[in-house]
Parts: sequence; structure tokens; C-alpha cells
Amino acid sequence: MPWRVTLFMLQLLVAIASLLIWHILTTVPIFGATILPPFFFSTPLDVALRVVKWFAEGTIWKHLWITLVEAMLAFVLGSVAGVLIGFWFAQQPRTAAVFDPYVKMINALPRIVLAPIFTLWFGLGIWSKVALGVTLVFFIVFFNVYQGVKEVSPTVLANARMLGMNDRQLMRHVYWPSALSWMFSSLHTSVGFAVVGAVVGEYLGSAAGLGYLILQAEGIFDVAGVFAGMFVLAAFVIIIDGLVTRVEKRLLVWRPIAAETRT
Amino acid sequence: MAGSGAHLQLGYRSLAFGANRGHSVCRMRGSMAAGATAEAEARNRVGAAAVALTDVTIAFRLSGGGLYEAVARALLNVADGEFVAIVGPTGCGKTTLLNVAAGLFPPSSGRVNIFGTALAGLNRQAGYLFQSDALFPWKTALENVAIGLETAGTPQSEARDRAQAWLARVGLAHFGARYPHMLSGGQRKRVGLAQVLIRDPKILLMDEPFGPLDAQTRQIMGNLLLDLWSADRKAVMFVTHDLEEAIALSDRVVIMSAGPAARIIGDWRVPLARPRDIAEVKLDRAFHELHREIWQALKSEVLKGYAQTGGG
Repeated sequence: MPWRVTLFMLQLLVAIASLLIWHILTTVPIFGATILPPFFFSTPLDVALRVVKWFAEGTIWKHLWITLVEAMLAFVLGSVAGVLIGFWFAQQPRTAAVFDPYVKMINALPRIVLAPIFTLWFGLGIWSKVALGVTLVFFIVFFNVYQGVKEVSPTVLANARMLGMNDRQLMRHVYWPSALSWMFSSLHTSVGFAVVGAVVGEYLGSAAGLGYLILQAEGIFDVAGVFAGMFVLAAFVIIIDGLVTRVEKRLLVWRPIAAETRT
Repeated sequence: MAGSGAHLQLGYRSLAFGANRGHSVCRMRGSMAAGATAEAEARNRVGAAAVALTDVTIAFRLSGGGLYEAVARALLNVADGEFVAIVGPTGCGKTTLLNVAAGLFPPSSGRVNIFGTALAGLNRQAGYLFQSDALFPWKTALENVAIGLETAGTPQSEARDRAQAWLARVGLAHFGARYPHMLSGGQRKRVGLAQVLIRDPKILLMDEPFGPLDAQTRQIMGNLLLDLWSADRKAVMFVTHDLEEAIALSDRVVIMSAGPAARIIGDWRVPLARPRDIAEVKLDRAFHELHREIWQALKSEVLKGYAQTGGG
């Protein structure tokens, strides 16, 4: 307990020190010159005021909501496609072999370059961002599920067969839980990428969302707005990550926790 | 003590024989018209071994293209209700032989008969306790035990009730809600035992089940196994590299030579009375004599095995 308090204090200290340095460098002239001109670096106070103003006026909620919807849709659609195709490929090695070079090729492609084509196809609305997020989430989930089905312990599989499971029961009691566990273990990454897809998509062309907010601020050299957008985005991602951790704990109760030592 | 034990065992055997004969008589009546053929079949069925491996040869295709013969012309009969231990040096194909009896792996040549019927595909009459962890890590201990009944169509609530009873029998009544990673190695083996036995298999195949456990836990698990087995005698094929464990547990000890092309080179009947206590039986003189005798035969093979596998 005392260590946890100390830890929190130290973590807080880092934040305060960083903000203080930022504040001093941007506002207090040292040897007659401010090292970081506020025009390019803004000041902590301006950024904080901007964040407060957004929330006070309520304009931020709409953008947060749009980004959240895009990220959620990207996550759900990408995951469903990843699970289905990952499962299918793992069960059909020949199909997997045929598609293997193409899967590798698409996965090697930096997904950002797809954004313009998605904007052309799906317009400036949320769907072009969802599409970008899907291409990111899909591959993470796909590879994990594929691995999960492939790497079922041969002993567990043999045991399942000796216990009289037919193919359908094997699927339900062995392959499926194994694949899902791999998918859940990559939950943080895939949710993170869903958000990345949404924000990057917005940044490259949109009418709403956090990425749009940052892009707008940048367009008028409103550095405080850019930083404020970044802070809101960071807080948003941390909250989502916290939720994912909770979900993960519920879903993977059966998993040994690495730090925990039991005999 | 020894005499009465032998008598008890004899009594059991003749009983089993009688039951078998009754069964065959029924069959004969059923197919009277078939006449002589049915009679011949019935004769075959009387005393048909639970597991009969005849001239079983098992070879693997190597990735290099060659053929590796693991087991050569193995001949082994395990009678109904008999506890047979198979002992051999590391890498001699004991597990492979067990997998063949389980139907997980077809032999390259030879016959596998289960209660007189040629084995095709998986051996549905057998339960298999694996060497490494084979529990489903995503299921609780209770779910792990119940699953074998649920797959066979038993309603879930009934399966869970019976699983709970089995957990109690292996001494884990209060551990049903735990996941395998929360259990110790010995506890996991207990769950595994319950998982296999709940389906009431006629044949129990065990592949060094207590190998990874410490000495004390092995002893306790050995006694637990004997308790459960004596309550409902099944044919057991128990693979181990531990000769002491083999003698302490079984009715017969079968010795395999070092691979490749491992053969069965010895077959000893264990003259120790039942019920046995693993710790006590090891103090018996008959135990020591048998141990010495078998070890003489086994020693050279073990050394050969080590020479071939580099001690691994």
C-alpha cells in the first residue's frame, strides 16, 4: 500500500515537472529570450483553458462520439472478419496456402495509403474511417485466431478425442476457446489500432471527430487547439484501454497471470 | 497374507471368466442358425483379451525420407481387469504402443484387437491419461471432469452432479471452481484421473501419468489409483520408466528393449498381494527379488537406450 501511494506521487511528480518545464520555457524569458515561442508550442495554461472550453461549450462531445463510433465499428467488423477468416484458414490449410502470399502482401502494405481510396469509395463520412480501422484490426485478429487454432496443444486435442468429442464438439470446446483466448490477448492492440484507424482517417479528410478537430486547429496555426486535441485523445484512449483491461480480466479468468507464482 | 491375496485375485478372475462365458452363451442362442461359425466366434470371445496387440510394428516416415521403425512385432495381451505395466528405457516406443492401443495412431502392420474385435479408428472403450497436461485450461476442474459425459449427451446438470461426486472421490471436492492453472501438478493429475474415469472406460491407458510429480505425490497418487482401480477393475496399460512404480502397482510387468525397433523382451507376473500400499509393498522381500530379477534384464537395455539418445 505505501508503495502504491509513493508510486502515484512519483507519477504525479513527472506530470507536474513536465508541465512546469513546459510552462517556464514558453513564458519565462531566459537570458532575454523565450526558448520555446508560445506561437509554436503554446502554453500549458492555454491548452488547459481550451480543453475546459470545449467541454464547457459541449462541442467536444460530438467529436468524441464520432471517433468512438468509428473505432467501435472498426473493431467489431474487423474482429468478426478476422475470427471467421482466421478460423476458416486454420481449418483449411490448402486455402490458407493459396491465399498466403496475398495476405502477406496486404499486411505489408502501410494501411495509410489506403485512406485516399477509402475516402473515394465511402466518402467523407464515418465509413471511410471504419474501413481504414477494419484493415488494421482485421490482420491483428486474423493472425491471432489463426495461430490460436493452429497451436492447440496436440495433447489437449488427443485428450478431447479420447473423451469422445466429435468434430462439432471439438470446434466448440477446443478450437473456439483457444482461438478466442488468442484474440482476447491481443485485445489491447486491436482496440488501439481501431482508434488509430479512426483518428488517422479523420485527419486525412473528414467533417467531424477528434482527428478533424486537430486538423482544423492545425490549419489555422492554433497550436493550443492541436495540443488540446492530443490531450483529449490520450485521455480517451486511456479510458478505453482501462475498459479493455476489465473486459480482459473477465474473459481470461482461466489464464495464469505471469507475475503470479503458484505451484 | 500373500496366499489370501492370490486367492482373492483368483476368485475375481474366475468370476470375470464366468461373466464372459454367460455373455457368449447369450450370443450363441441369438445366432443359433449360424451354427458352427457362431460357436467358433463364441469360443474366440471367451476370454478375449481387453487389449490384444499381435505382431504390431510401428514405423514413422522421417522428414529426411527414411523410415524409422519404433516398435517391432510387439505381442501383448492385457486381460480384462488386469493391470499391466510397460517399462522400458527412454525413447523405446512405449508411448507409441499406447497410442496404437488408443487408436490415435494406426500400426504400420499387425493387429490390434479390443475385446476380440479389430480396432478401427479411435478406441471408444479406452480412457487415456496423458503424460503432459491434457486438461482444458479454459474449463474449471468441474467442467473438465463433466465434459466427457456432456459430449456423450448426458444433460449438463446431471453431468455436473456426477463430476462433483468424482472430484470428491479424488479428494478435490472443494476445488471444482478452480481453473487448471490454479491447481498443483498433483491436483491436476487427480482431475485428469476423474476426467477419464467418469466415462467408465473398460480399458485405462496411462502414459507415465505421475512422471512430473515429486516422490511423495507419486506415492499418494499411486495409492489413489489402486483404490479407484480395485473398486472397479479395468484393464490397465500403465507406461512408466520407473520399475519400482511398475512393480508396486501392477499384476504384470512387461519390459521393452531399447529402440529403434523396440521389442517386448520380458514379461513378469507380480506375486504381491492386493490390496497394496505403495510404500509398504516396497519393503516386501518378494518385491526386492522381482525388482532385482527384472532390473538384470532391463539394465543393459537402459544403457543401450542412453547411448542412443545421448542421455536424453
